[in-house]
Amino acid sequence: MKQIHDSIIVQTMSRLLIPLAQLFALYVLFFGQYGPGGGFVAGVIWTTSMILAFLVFGLKSPQGRLVEKVLHGDGIGLIIFVGVGGLCLIGGGEFLNYANLEIPGLDAPARRYTGILLAQIGVAVDVAVTGISIVLSLAYHDTEQEYDV
Amino acid sequence: MMYSVNIALLLLLVLTAASATFLVKELMSSVFILGSYSFFLSLVWAWLGAVDVAFVEAVIGAGLATVLFLITLFDTAPKDSRLRRPPPPLAGVLGLPLLGILLLLAANDLPQFGDPTSPPNVHISPLYLQNSFADTLTPNVVTSVLMDYRAFDTLIETVVIFTAGIACALLLREPGS
Repeated sequence: MKQIHDSIIVQTMSRLLIPLAQLFALYVLFFGQYGPGGGFVAGVIWTTSMILAFLVFGLKSPQGRLVEKVLHGDGIGLIIFVGVGGLCLIGGGEFLNYANLEIPGLDAPARRYTGILLAQIGVAVDVAVTGISIVLSLAYHDTEQEYDV
Repeated sequence: MMYSVNIALLLLLVLTAASATFLVKELMSSVFILGSYSFFLSLVWAWLGAVDVAFVEAVIGAGLATVLFLITLFDTAPKDSRLRRPPPPLAGVLGLPLLGILLLLAANDLPQFGDPTSPPNVHISPLYLQNSFADTLTPNVVTSVLMDYRAFDTLIETVVIFTAGIACALLLREPGS
């Protein structure tokens, strides 16, 4: 499991499935206001696609390098979420009252949509980074050279 | 009639998966059966109309939790070492079915599924259902409750997830790597 998988069936299927899963994660994220889903589910779907990528192709492949870069984003999601709340405060309303997002050129529903979408993106980024970080800590805690990309 | 067949089938699947989890000796197979159990459970949620919960159950229970269990198993023993388990105590064999019967009797008093006069459906749900579009201008009621009425709740949940990630990194990662 900790080395690159050499079966061509697994590799081909993963090449097909990983972009599909990531596309579906984006769909769930952006249409969460109109259907089921939202930031949490989108983040976890993205996480599983990334885990599949680095389990199949290894950490040294392009997909694996992306996983290592994702780890530096710990806390960014939380900053996005709190930042949306702060912007609402600056706009003159309560914390996380999306109606007070002072973005010129947007009417009230679009403001709410933007605010909720940004907050959902924050949740998704936070969940994705946390999931990948936990799996990487569990899988590679005993092999030092795996970190030297 | 159709619905009763449906729910009986799904509950049967859930029961088989749960019992197989305890009957199988090999932990690797247990993990996969646990994943299928989560998948069947998500089907039950979807049938009950809780599509969001079904979504999360399928993704977390069948996807991420299975991966976490598998990775943990690769670093520990993949077989249950307690092959000669002691027989269960008599009190448990007699008491657990009794407890189950008592719980089933008590379940008769629970409100029916979809009952409009049950306590959860008369307290605050009508308020959300009637006013959410006028208040939040968001078409999906679930999203408006999660991200607008109770945005603080979601924010603190995000903080909890962030804390869990930090704690796992601190506990599990080797220093200097």
